[in-house]
This record gives sequence, C-alpha cells and structure tokens, in this order.
Amino acid sequence: MAAFALIAAACSSDDSAEGFRIAIVAPSASNDLAFTQSMVDAANTIEGAEVSVTDGTFVVEDAAVAIRDYASDGFDLVIAHGSQYGGSLEEIAPDFPEVSFAWGTSANTYGLPNVFSYEAASDQGGTVMGKMAAALSQTANVGVVGPIETGDAALYVDGFEAGVLSQDPSATVNINYIDSFSDVALASEAAQSLIGAGADVLSGTAQMTVGAVGVAKQEGVLWFGTQSNQTSLAPEIVVASQVYHWEHMLEDMIDKVQDGTLGGELYKITFANDGLVIEYNEDFDLPDDVKDIAEDAIQTFKDQG
Amino acid sequence: MSEVFTTAVLVAVGASAIRLAVPLLLAALGETFGQRSGVLNLGVDGIMLLGAFTGYYAVLKTDNVWLGLLAGALVGLVLGLASAVIAVTLKAEQGISGIGVFLFGLGMSDLLFQKLVGTPIPIDTFPQVDIPLLSDIPYVGEIFFQHSLVIYLAFLSIPVATFVINRTTFGMKIRAVGEYPDAADTLGVSVAGVRYATEIIGGTLAGIAGAVLAITLGIFQQNLTNGAGFIAIALVYFGAWRPTGVMLGALLFGFVNALVLELKTLDIIPRDFTNIAAMAPAIITILALVFVARRFRAPSALTKPFTRGK
Amino acid sequence: MSINLSHQQRRILAYSIPVLAVFAALIFGAVMLLLLGANPIEGYGEMFVGAFGSGDALIATILKATPLLFVGTGIVIAFRANVINIGAEGQMVLGGLFATIAALYLPEMPPIIMVPLILMAGLLGGALWGWIPGALKAYYRVNEILSTIMLNIVAVQLMNYLLRGPLIDPAEKAGTGIPQTERLMESADLPIIFGDRFHIGPVLAILGAIATYYLLWRTPLGYRLRAVGLSEHAARYAGIPVRRTIALALTLSGAFAGLAGAVLVFGSESHRMVTDGSTMGFTGSAGFNGIVAALLGGLHPIWTIPASFLFGGLIVGGQALQRAVQVPSALIVALNGLVVVFVVAADRYRVKLLSVDGRDQEIADDGKTPEGEDESALGSVYDAAPSGTDSYGQDEFYEDST
Repeated sequence: MAAFALIAAACSSDDSAEGFRIAIVAPSASNDLAFTQSMVDAANTIEGAEVSVTDGTFVVEDAAVAIRDYASDGFDLVIAHGSQYGGSLEEIAPDFPEVSFAWGTSANTYGLPNVFSYEAASDQGGTVMGKMAAALSQTANVGVVGPIETGDAALYVDGFEAGVLSQDPSATVNINYIDSFSDVALASEAAQSLIGAGADVLSGTAQMTVGAVGVAKQEGVLWFGTQSNQTSLAPEIVVASQVYHWEHMLEDMIDKVQDGTLGGELYKITFANDGLVIEYNEDFDLPDDVKDIAEDAIQTFKDQG
Repeated sequence: MSEVFTTAVLVAVGASAIRLAVPLLLAALGETFGQRSGVLNLGVDGIMLLGAFTGYYAVLKTDNVWLGLLAGALVGLVLGLASAVIAVTLKAEQGISGIGVFLFGLGMSDLLFQKLVGTPIPIDTFPQVDIPLLSDIPYVGEIFFQHSLVIYLAFLSIPVATFVINRTTFGMKIRAVGEYPDAADTLGVSVAGVRYATEIIGGTLAGIAGAVLAITLGIFQQNLTNGAGFIAIALVYFGAWRPTGVMLGALLFGFVNALVLELKTLDIIPRDFTNIAAMAPAIITILALVFVARRFRAPSALTKPFTRGK
Repeated sequence: MSINLSHQQRRILAYSIPVLAVFAALIFGAVMLLLLGANPIEGYGEMFVGAFGSGDALIATILKATPLLFVGTGIVIAFRANVINIGAEGQMVLGGLFATIAALYLPEMPPIIMVPLILMAGLLGGALWGWIPGALKAYYRVNEILSTIMLNIVAVQLMNYLLRGPLIDPAEKAGTGIPQTERLMESADLPIIFGDRFHIGPVLAILGAIATYYLLWRTPLGYRLRAVGLSEHAARYAGIPVRRTIALALTLSGAFAGLAGAVLVFGSESHRMVTDGSTMGFTGSAGFNGIVAALLGGLHPIWTIPASFLFGGLIVGGQALQRAVQVPSALIVALNGLVVVFVVAADRYRVKLLSVDGRDQEIADDGKTPEGEDESALGSVYDAAPSGTDSYGQDEFYEDST
C-alpha cells in the first residue's frame, strides 16, 4: 500500500482530471470480479472524471456502435476493453481524430495516432503465484482452471505453470481449459476433477472461476486469483490475488491526452510500474519463507523493469 | 490407457455427472409436465435464472439454504403462472413467448444481482449427507450416495413424477389434455385448468433447479445457467416425455461433460482439440436419439392452444 | 363484445395492437428505470432518438434489422410448414464460417464475382446446418427442437475451434491470440451504397423477403410447404412428399440464416470474423430475435420487413438508452424480453380482430390468400389442423408412410 501512495503522489500533476470524460465498453458485467471489474474499478478511482460504462457487450457489432456513439458524443477517452473489439476500432478511430481511444488487452495501435493499447503482463503475477503454489503444495500437484486458451487467460496460465515448475521441477501441473468464459458449473466440476487428480492448490482466470473457488473452499484446497482481488470469495483458502491496477496507466493516459497526445503508446502493466500488485489475504497464515519467495520473484521482475 | 481409467477416475466422473445432471433433470422434469399437457415453454432458462438469483439472495440474507430453495420455488411458481396466462389464456405463440420470458429472466436476474448485491459474495451450500450403509459400498457408494439431500430428493422426484403421470387421475387428465383436448373437454376436464397446473409445476421445478444450481455452486453470476434451460427442453424430447427418459438424458449429458472434463485434466485431450471435445455432449445426444428405435411420439396437442368448439 | 366496427376500423385497431403492446412493456420499463434512479422520459426520448432520430441512427437501426429480416424470412418459411426453427443461431454461425473460409482460401477476384460468391457460401453453410436437423427429422425421426438446440452448441464450438486454430489471423498467433481472422479481402466487402457504412445487406434482405413471398404463394414448392403446414394428412393424401418438404423447409430456413451470418461478417466494421466464445457474441441473438420479428410480421414475409425495422429500432434504441442514462445493460435485455412477451401475448387480440365471428373458419379453409387476410395465419395454423396431426410428433407422419 505504501508503494501505491508513492506512485499516486508522483502521478498527481498540475492537471487534475476534473471534467475529463471516460467511456468504457466492456464484454462482461461490471461486477464480474475479473476482467471488466478491474477496469471499471480503476476508472472510478480517478477523481473528478466522469465515467460512463457500457458493460455486458459481448456482441462485437454492438460494441462498435457503442464506441462510435461515445466518440461522437464528445468523450475524451473511449476505452475498448476487449480484445475482440480491435478490428472494429481500427475502422472507427480514424473517423474521430480528436478523440483518444484505448484498446486492451492488446499490443497493437494499428499505427493510429489516437489509439493507445494496453495489456497486462499477467504472466508475471502468474509466475510469482506459481512459485508460491509449488512451495505451499504438499502433494506437489497443482491445478489450473481456464476459460478459452486465448489472450490474457493463456498468458496468465502459462506464467503460472512456469512459476510452479521453476520452484519445483518435479511438480505436476494439470491445466483444464473448459472452453467457456461463463459456465460456472463446469468450472466447479473442473476444479473437482483437478482436486481428484491430486491437486491441493488451484488457480484460474476469468469470471467463471467463482465456481472453482467455491469447490476449493469446500475441499479445503488453496486458491490463487487473478485480475481482481478474490479474497472475499473464500477468505479461508484464498492465499493471494494478482490484481490489475489500471489506474496509474489511466492517469498517465489522461495526462497525455490533456497535453495533446492522443495515442500511439503501448502500455503494459507490470510489477515494475505498480500496475500489477500481489494482494495477499491478510487472514491467511502465509509462512514467511513462502512470502519471501514471492517477494524475491516480484523484486526480480521489478528490476527487469 | 488403462491406468488412466482407474476406478478412482470413473468414480469421480460418475459423481460429477450426477452433480451436473441435477439442475438439468429438475428443469426438464418440470417441462415434461407442461409438454405432456400440450404446452411448450421455451422460457425455462429465464425462470431458472430468476430462481437461481432469488435462491442465492435468500441464502445470502438468511444463511438458510432451505429458505433459498423455497424462495426459488416461489419465484418459479409465479413465473410458471405467468407462463400459463400467456400460453393458455392469451393463447400466445408458445415458441416465441418463451424466448421473451428467457430474455426477461436473463436480464432481470443480472440486473437484480448487480443492484442488490454488487460484487459477488459467496453463500453457504448444501451440506453433504452420506446415506448410512449405502455410502460405504465401494465405488458405487461414492458415486451415488455421498451427495447433498437435494440431489437425493431430485432423483426421488422421478419415480414420483412417473407415478403421478401414469397412475393418478391428475396424470390421466394431463395426458388426455395433451393428446385429445377436445375429447377431454367434452368429458368435463378443464383443459385450461390442467395446463395451468402443469405450467405452475413446470415453473416451480425450474425455479428450484435454478436455486439448486446457485446454492450448490455457492455463488451467483450473470447468466449462471449458461443455457442449461434450453438443454433441459431438448432433454424432454430426448426422454420421450417420460420422467425416466428425461433422467437418463440428463445423466447422459452430465456424464459426457464430466468425462470430457476429466480427460482434459488428465491431458488426454490435447489443448488444441478441446473445442471439438466440447461438442461431444451435443453430438452424442443427437446420435443417441438416432440409434435408439423411436416409438414415442409427442403429445398431439403440443403447442396448440385450445379453444372449445374448434 | 358486439360493437360494430367497420372492416377498416378493425384492421387499423388490429395493426396497432403490437404497438400498444410495446407501449405496455415500456411502461413496465419506465417503472424499472425509476427504481434505478433514471428518468424514464429522458431515457425513452434518448431511445427514440437513438433509433430513429438522425441519419446515423436510422442507418444503425437498418443495419441491426438486416440479420433480423434474413432470419425472420427463413423462420416464416419454416413456420408455414409448421416447423419451428430454433437453430438459426447456429445456422448464422455456419454461414459466417463458410463465407469467411471462402474469402480466405479463394484467389482474389473482383467484387462483382467475389461478393456473390461469399454470399453463396454463407447461404450454403446455413442451408447445411438447416438440412441436418431436417434430414434427421425426416429420416431418423429426431425431433427438430432437440437437434437444433444441440447443433447450436456444436456450431459455437466449431467456430471457436476454427477461429482459434486454422483460421486465426497469422498476426494474432504471435500476439495475444485473439480468436479472429485476418482482415478479409477487400473485394469481398459488401459494397457500400450510401455514406460510410450502409452496405447492400439491407437491400438483399428486402429482396429475399419479396422473393420468399413469391416462393410461398406463387410457386408449386411454396404451395407444398404451406399445405404441409396446414395439414399433413391432407398434404399426404394429395401426394405431397411430406417428409422431404419438411426437411426442405428447414434447409431453406437455414439458408436464410446463413446469409444473415455472411452479411454480418462482410458488412461489419472490422471485416473479420471474431468470436468471444458464445454464439450470441457473433449473432447478437439475431437467431432468436429473428423469430420474434417473423411473428411481429404475422408470418408474412413482406410484413416482416417493417417488423424487423421496428424491432431493430427497439434494440438499437435500447442500447442508446443504456448509454444515455447509464443503467446496466441487463435492464435492456430484460426490457427486450418484456416487449417480446407483451407483443406475443397481445397477438391473440390482433388475430381476433381480423377474423370476424364465423369468418375464421372460412379464412382458415381458404388456405390463406396472400392479401391482408393472412393476418389470421396463426389462428388458422391452430384451428385448421385437426388435433392428432402435428409436426412435433415424430411418428404421426410415419403411420401411413409413403
């Protein structure tokens, strides 16, 4: 939390965000405790900014209409918070040269001067928590529940697996992509299956993992979360969560826009720039040596920049 | 390969299949009553979703899982009644009015969840109840007899439903109204009354199914059912409008899903082909119907509103 | 009720029933808006403006209505043969996939060849996905409600597999792996006829609806479809191959849905096919909403045109409402559902108004003329077919099999 304050102090420049209008178009619900919520929460922390949200827009064409509409409505920054929106954004952004757009998760601005792109180095947190998982696991067996193997989800899972194996090369990592972002029941059964295969520590990504967390709680299996702080779902067994803190990035974008730069930058939130934070569950009794492993790993990432 | 299909794995898949099947089974059973009397309700998924949210919310506020079930049942009952009004009294086109109910349930449950709860809060789930003696049977015990009370009740409802449909006067009326509404009407059976009853039963069971799902998972989320209501409708056809058939269909569907999950965990299904594997339950259901000799036909009056004198 | 209204007055009242139903639903919606702290007047004002209030809005509405019209037209065909097609979602996906594959693997050709080609491909994809349940029903007695629901599931997984694997944009493979294709070849873009985005899709949809009208009432095939829909027994005794006709109805219905899918891909902003893992993410629920549009149009292809337009306006307007008063999108979904329920529930009164006393039977027996009397189509589907005949029963038409 101290780091946050430092950076926050550093971020507060002379321009405030008073009256700055931000629009977010996102594919899932604002309270999904995952991808969408992370961005909505972040935007709402920007003091003075006016935030409009259109959530639940999984239909790409509808999202295109929304993005276009917000742009023509005079919003300063329109955030297309979904990888699938990119193709549409490529067509829309040139029509509104005075509006700044941000697209994530992606690493492509299509060479357009008014498009920012952003992504999360979720593999970093994945690696850190994977190491913790391996250290905490008594069966040397760890399970992962994933949605569809794509984008941010795949990045996280790969990082997690790498982390586990780097800490304990003989450990077993079972990964189960259930091929849906929304089938909670299937996610819970996937967790059961992973536990049945011997896992005593689980992790997962995307909103349907709430089902997996529930099973973990029932079976007394530990859980590592990502995208948002998932401690509240199961305070008994959630060890830590990799939380996406987009706010610093947003503040930087706002500054740039107010100074006249409407895009062209590729953002990546990492440990180094405090965009990624491991939030530990205060009520979980985490052994010091495990925490040290995590902190060392985080420091390594920070040093890498 | 044989070390993969150990009994432990099969047992796990079996237990998982049962858990996945229960919401489908309950919702499909309810729809069976309705369809047997001639009413097609495509809004089952919407009723399930509202039942799921209400059940979830009730447990959240009272910490009592059984109150949650009751709440889900009540909401389902009301929606079943509404469905009856729409389909029976207003004689609306049943295929489409159901879609409207579905959309309404989908949106309303999500809206209520966002406004009344906000960030997801976990709730208690049903306690596991091991049936004495039976649950100690090796393998079989673990698959069938180590579940929650709700699951046992759900399976018990199948023979009860079969009994009701085949051996009670009410059941006879249901069948009559579904096959020969004109004749039934002449004999003094209230076609509308029977259909109201079956729709209410259907709605209540769908509401219970949703509540069971939410409480078992211990959480609610937008579109929690993920289309389970539609699968339940399909299962009614698969089960030839008989509770036992519907149960078998739900179990088959649950089993294939559970098996695919297990194969993914064990890495037998390569990651590139998980999508193909995810098609398996649907394809197998169709194939099962193709290869099983069908001598069953639908209730003759299905989807036809009844008007005396026509 | 023995008020004597003239025929004209009855018809006006009848056509206004759906509109009144929409208003009733909107009143419920207003209550919900109030509870959410939003101003319903302002909200609905934005809704209207967002749907019809400007050139851009109208274009958005028309473009939204286009897949509804395609699907709705297909549904009309199926319904006239007494088959419910709830597989339009999957059929749209297959149409989109076939068209996309055509664009990816065919050599570059001028638009005049390319565009019809990809549209044909889309049509074929949807037709295939309609033929499967049709054939399953005709030859293996598999009920079409079951098979279409299952095939919707298969379609989405097929789409996910292809868009993540073989069809993925090569640039994506190295990048974040978004399941989408590359920007499809420009010569396959649907030609723009007005402004930036108004492509020929709507025109094609309208032509399709008109063509369907001719198909159903001016061709032998159309006659067979309608005959089977009215009474299978009678149709069989007349020598019509009932099973094959029903399969054909589903195939044609699927073809239209496939076209909708192809138009969605090649008329889209991004000119790519992209998935988020669900069918609705691609189709925007047009597979379901198209059914509603068909119903609103009284199962008459021509009337489905304004019905689709109005329903499209409702959806577009709803989304504008959401943006303006910042209520959760979920409210719009619920409102959409309410409108459907109210309109469908009120339909009975519409039918009743159009058929006067004993005229029902006459109209029913008439086999429906193409003129306005058609509005009682629904009534006669129910009344003319004697109970004991139905298309949901698998064995009914096998008892005296041809």
